[in-house]
Formats: sequence, structure tokens, C-alpha cells
Amino acid sequence: MELFWFIIIALILVVFFILDGYDFGTGIIHLFYAKKEKDKEVIAKSAGLFWDSNEVWLVAAGGLLFMAFPTFYASVFSGFYLPLILVLWLIIFRAIGLEFRSQFNFQMWKDIWDTSFGVSSLLLALFFGIALGNIVRGVNLGGFENGTSIHEPHYFFLPLWDASFSPLTTHPGVIDWFTLIIGFISVVTLAIHGANWIVLKTNSSINKKLKTVAFRLNGVLVLLTIISLISWKTINPQSFANFSDRPYLLIFPLIYLTGIIGTFFISRFKNDTIPFTFSTLIIFGGITSSLASLFPVILPSTNSIHPALTIYNTSASNYGLSVASGWGVIGLILLLVYFIVQKRLMKGKIDDMDYGH
Amino acid sequence: MEDMIFYDRLQFAFTITFHYVFPQLTMGLSLMIVYFKWRYLREKVEKYNDAAKFFMKIFAINFTMGVVTGIPMEFQFGTNWAKFSELTGSIIGQTLAMEGLFSFFLESSFLVLFIFGEKRLGQKLHFLTAVLVFLGSWASGWFILATNAWMQHPVGYEILENGKFVLTNFKALFTNPWLLPAFLHNQLASVVTSAFVVASIGAFYILRNKNVEFGKLFLKTGVIFGLISSILVAFPTGDWNAKNVVKYQPAAFAAMEGIFETEEAGAEIVLIGQPNMVEKKLDNKIAVPNILSFLTYQDWNKQIAGMDQFEEDELPDNIPALYYSYHIMVGLGTIFIGLMSLAAFFLWRKKLYTMNGILWAIMFMVPFPYIANLTGWYTAELGRQPYLVYGLLRTSEGISPNVSSGNTLFTLLGFVALYMLLGLLFLVLVGKTIHQGPKSQTH
Repeated sequence: MELFWFIIIALILVVFFILDGYDFGTGIIHLFYAKKEKDKEVIAKSAGLFWDSNEVWLVAAGGLLFMAFPTFYASVFSGFYLPLILVLWLIIFRAIGLEFRSQFNFQMWKDIWDTSFGVSSLLLALFFGIALGNIVRGVNLGGFENGTSIHEPHYFFLPLWDASFSPLTTHPGVIDWFTLIIGFISVVTLAIHGANWIVLKTNSSINKKLKTVAFRLNGVLVLLTIISLISWKTINPQSFANFSDRPYLLIFPLIYLTGIIGTFFISRFKNDTIPFTFSTLIIFGGITSSLASLFPVILPSTNSIHPALTIYNTSASNYGLSVASGWGVIGLILLLVYFIVQKRLMKGKIDDMDYGH
Repeated sequence: MEDMIFYDRLQFAFTITFHYVFPQLTMGLSLMIVYFKWRYLREKVEKYNDAAKFFMKIFAINFTMGVVTGIPMEFQFGTNWAKFSELTGSIIGQTLAMEGLFSFFLESSFLVLFIFGEKRLGQKLHFLTAVLVFLGSWASGWFILATNAWMQHPVGYEILENGKFVLTNFKALFTNPWLLPAFLHNQLASVVTSAFVVASIGAFYILRNKNVEFGKLFLKTGVIFGLISSILVAFPTGDWNAKNVVKYQPAAFAAMEGIFETEEAGAEIVLIGQPNMVEKKLDNKIAVPNILSFLTYQDWNKQIAGMDQFEEDELPDNIPALYYSYHIMVGLGTIFIGLMSLAAFFLWRKKLYTMNGILWAIMFMVPFPYIANLTGWYTAELGRQPYLVYGLLRTSEGISPNVSSGNTLFTLLGFVALYMLLGLLFLVLVGKTIHQGPKSQTH
């Protein structure tokens, strides 16, 4: 039952990062590459029309996590208090940028809100990557230091960063050089994904250029991935043990690899959905590989006193989980139906689209 | 510790208050949109369709605001109320997750379809999307109130040795005697808010002599919906809720009604008065004897327990705030019934559209249903104190033990600043939509 819910929640989170990921990426591309007003407008629109229905997936993931793994929810959300609240603020600030920009028609106004949309998208991508980095690296559970714990074994509180900036201490901060690398991976991945989205959904004048941008960023991504794997191995020598014990888990890194290889051939595809599919595979493969390498742990402990949080020691009662799997399956089927109906209706380039007025 | 609890409560109160400005409109408005669209399907008069589409634009702005202010609500269970989440998550997580999965998705998907899909879907399916948006938003209310009902009157649980609450009966969450009255009361109150909003936009158009045809339609519809819903909010649903409070939370009832001392021969109903917490009495009181006993038990002389019957630590911790919230809600509710009855009377006599006094009154009444809805929620939530889960888990036991008060104060101030900006955006967007009027084709 725990495993079932772990997979379902992981999938919903992955869907969230694929969907909201493209609009974060759109913001990053918008910030750096959109120069003409017409492009800026259509690119902002390609995110603006969809962001709120994409964020619904975050709400679903959050709710299900709360229901299925309440102890994990409590521990992680309070432990990462500051970065999470920053994420909330950025989500709100980004929405304000997207919704405000078209309200008044003069350039300075638009520039202000475009920047707010772009910068908050970039920071969100960075923070979500850093969050994944923290989950992979682990935290000082219980706040253990000098022989005593200052919190209950499954609670902790992380400062934003620690003076040493290193993941190797027993009490690392939220931002250290390792989590920052994962943060950069996230920014680069979502920028590629966002570029593919813009190419797919708009006729902007920079579409040709964006294919080159995605190609180059893909090179950066390969480099960052290699660096992150080496550093991960340094931090935790056991980090790839799951893959040698259960070789079938290698499917996830392979999906990641397929996405990267596909993206290198981006200029050859005539159909714009193909590059987008490959960047989707990168996101899917990246997140699932990270989770698979930890499994069944969901938050490692950096001290040897308090055990890591796993899907088994943080889950709700079995009765609750089984009841929920009943309505959960119905809910997920409905969700899939809505999703398909909505996507079919909204298909095509948004600047060609007739909104039905 | 004390200030940790204080800042956590203040942050939750602030963010939930701001959040609830939006869904309380969308829930009621979705019903009215279904009504307009249905009239259009039946009569094929274009103005009904324009009205439905116009209010769906306002709905969409509110929905967006609801999403961005709603995500922080869900997060805050974990960030600020970690202990509460850990102990009760396997129960309230059920209803909260169902809200996300069933209602939120329904609402957001079909909202998009309604706005963009009229041509592609055809009129009947377009009507259906409006119905599904309505169902989604009301289901949302249902699941949130099921969550709240469990905190007010816990059912279907078992407490383990480590203090964790586990679910033993899923069905009980939805047959909770607290749920149905609270749900109906809340939904009808949200219809009151939307009826006032619709009527007030109507009054505005008539007074400005712009979009007058729509002005009349909105005013008429708003007054009819407003009259029916404001009566139903008070009776039977308000009454039904009050009886639940007497039954399950007698200490909260005594504080709400301002009964400091138990009266042997039946309790009086207090109309006006200020709680004096030093002398434990109401100052400047105007009250009618025995009415409260009659309203509660249909017996003029039945005794109702006053606050003197309860231990200090069983009583709500902010009695004046609870007392005022409740009395403001009841007072405003009465005014709504009065104003809407008057407007309905003149509507029937075909004089309403020229009666500027009433039109101005309706137009400026708009903030008050919001205040009544919010003070109603304050009544429920302050009355639940000093508990998170009534009688079982105290508020002080629910906060995140690892988050210091300084951090919470910092984030509270951040929310205040950001929500000011968000509120400004909301007013600009809604103001613009109203200014453009129902005939406008842009969005």
C-alpha cells in the first residue's frame, strides 16, 4: 500500500514538473531571449493561459502526500520552512507578473512585470532543483549535534545556508555546492523544456533560434549531469547501490539518457511535438532516477543516530491507505479524462487559436 | 512558546481570511452562472448568454486568486502546524486530498472549457461545462467542510499510544452530524455574497445609465437569489448549526451568546452589549428574556449553561472576539434579509429600477456579505479554541516545534506585503471587467 501511494504521488509530482515546468522554462527563455514585444507577448501568453491549471497538480500532490505520508509531510514542510515559503511567494509573484503585464499598454509597465515573471520563474526552477538536491543529500534529522538532539528524531530545521557551504558536514544548509548543482540542472532542463514549449505552441520569430539554444543548453546539461553524479558519489559512496541491487531500476536513468540524446537531434525534427517529448523524458527520467536511487528512503539522515525517513516509517495507517486507494483510482481516471479533453480542445499554436468568441 | 502559537495562529488567520474572499464568491456565482446559461438554453435570448459569460470572467479572476492563495493554505498545514499534520494527517489528509483530486481538477478543467470552448462544444455541452464548474466548486466546499467538521466534532477515529489519530471509519467522515448543516449554511452564505455582487453590479449599471438592460437583469436576478438565500442562511440552516454548537460545544455556545452566568429560569438573548472580561459580565446590555432558551430548545424556561459552568481552560481563549464575530454575523444577516425584502417588494411593484436610494444601498452593501461570511467562519474557528481537534488535541500541541516565532513573524509580514499587491491586482482586474461590461469581447 505504501509503495502504491509512493508511486502515485511520485507520478503526480513528475506530471506537475512536466506541466508547470514548461511554464517555468518559458519564463526563463522569456527573460533571456525574447526581445521583440510581439514575441514577449505571445510567449507570456503561452504560459499565462495554462499556469493555473498546471498548478492544480501541485495541490493534488500536496494533498495526497499529506494523506499518505503525514509524518514526512510534517517533517519536510516544517524543516524546509524558509525555502518553501519563498517558493510560495515566488509562485504568487510570478502569477502577478503574468496577469498584470497586459493590463496597461506602455513599455515600462510591461518590462517590470515581464522581469518579475522571468526572474521568479528562474528562481522557482532553481529552488525546486535545490529541493531535490536536499532530498537526495539528506538532512540532519533531529538536529543532532555534540551528542544531543534538539528536535524529535524525525524533525529538523535547516538554515538557508551554512558558512562552510558544503554538503559533507553533519548539519548542511538548504543551499550548498551540491544542491546548487542540482538547482542549475533544474534551471537548464526547464529552460530546454520551455524553449520546446514555445516552439510547439507559438509562431514567435525566435523559434528557429530557440532550437539552437536548446541544443547548446543540452550540452551544458550533460556536463552538469556528469559533475553531479561524481559529486554525489563523493558525498555518498552508497548512492548507486539500488541500481546494482535492482538492475530493472536502470530503466529510469535510461529514459533520462534517451531524452538527452534525442534533444541533440532537435534541429532535424519537423514535428514540434518530438523535441517537447524528449525534454519531457529528461524531466521524467531525472526525477524518477533520483527517487529510485533513494528508495525506500525518502529523506536520508546525515547523522548516524537517527534513521532516515522511509515510505514505511512515515506512512498513514493501512486502513486509511486502502480506503484512499479506492477513491484515488477513480480520481486519477477522472483526472486523465479531464486532461485529455482539455488538451484536445487547446491544441495548436496559441497565436492561431480562435477562442470561440 | 506562547508567541510561537500566537504568530502561527495569526498567519493562518490572515492567509485564510484573504483566501476565503475568493472561493466564497465563486461557489455562489457558479450557481448563478448555471442559472443564466439555463435561461439562455430555454429562451434563446442573447443577454442571458452574455450574462453567463460575463460572470464567468469574474469567476475566472476569483478562481485564479483562489488558486494562488490556496496553495499556501495547504502548505501551511505542514510548515506551521507540523505536529497537527503528523498526528491527524491520515484523517484530514483524506478529505483534503479528495478536494484536490475531485473538485479542484473538475473546476479548473471545465472553467477552461467554458471560457474557450463555446464554439467547439455547442450550446448544450457549454451549459454542461458550467454545471460541472458549479459541481466542482461546491464539492470543494463539501470536502473542506468535511475536514473542518472533523476538527469541530471528531468521528471515525482511534488514538494510538503515540498520540496519532488513525481513521477507523471512512464513511463517518461524511455522515458527521456537524457536516451537513455547516455545509448548507456555508454554501447558502456564499450564494448571498454572489447575489449581492451580481445585484450591486446591476445597480451600478443602472445608476450610471450604462448597460442598463444588463443592469436590470443583474439587479433582478441578484435580488431574487439574495432574498431566498439570505432567509435560508438564517433559517433553517443557521438555527440548525446553533443547535449543533449547543449540543457538541456548549462552552463555545455560552461564549458566543455572551452568557457569563447560568440563568435558572431560561436564558435571555443578547442583542447588544460588550463583554467585560474583568468583571465577567456584559456592559451596556440590551437583551430579551427567555428567547434564547426558546430558540434553542423550544422551551421558554429551559436552562442553558453559562460560562461559569466550565473550567477556564475549556473556554475559548478569546471570548470578546468570538462574541463580536457571532453578533456581527447575525446582525448583518438580519440587515440582508431586510434590504433584500424591501428590494423584492419594489421589484414586484415594478418600481425598483427608479428607486435610487435602494440602488445605492445595494451597491454599497457589497463588502458586508463578505464580512458576514468571514465573521461566521471566525465564530466557528474561535469557538473551537482552545482545541484544534475539539476536546482531544489542543492548539498549543499542534504547532511546528522546530520553527521559531521569528521565522513565522518574518513570513507573516511577507504574506501581508504580497497579498496587498495581490489585492490590488484583483481590484484592477475586476474593475476593468465591470467597466468593459458584458458586451465586451476581450478578456
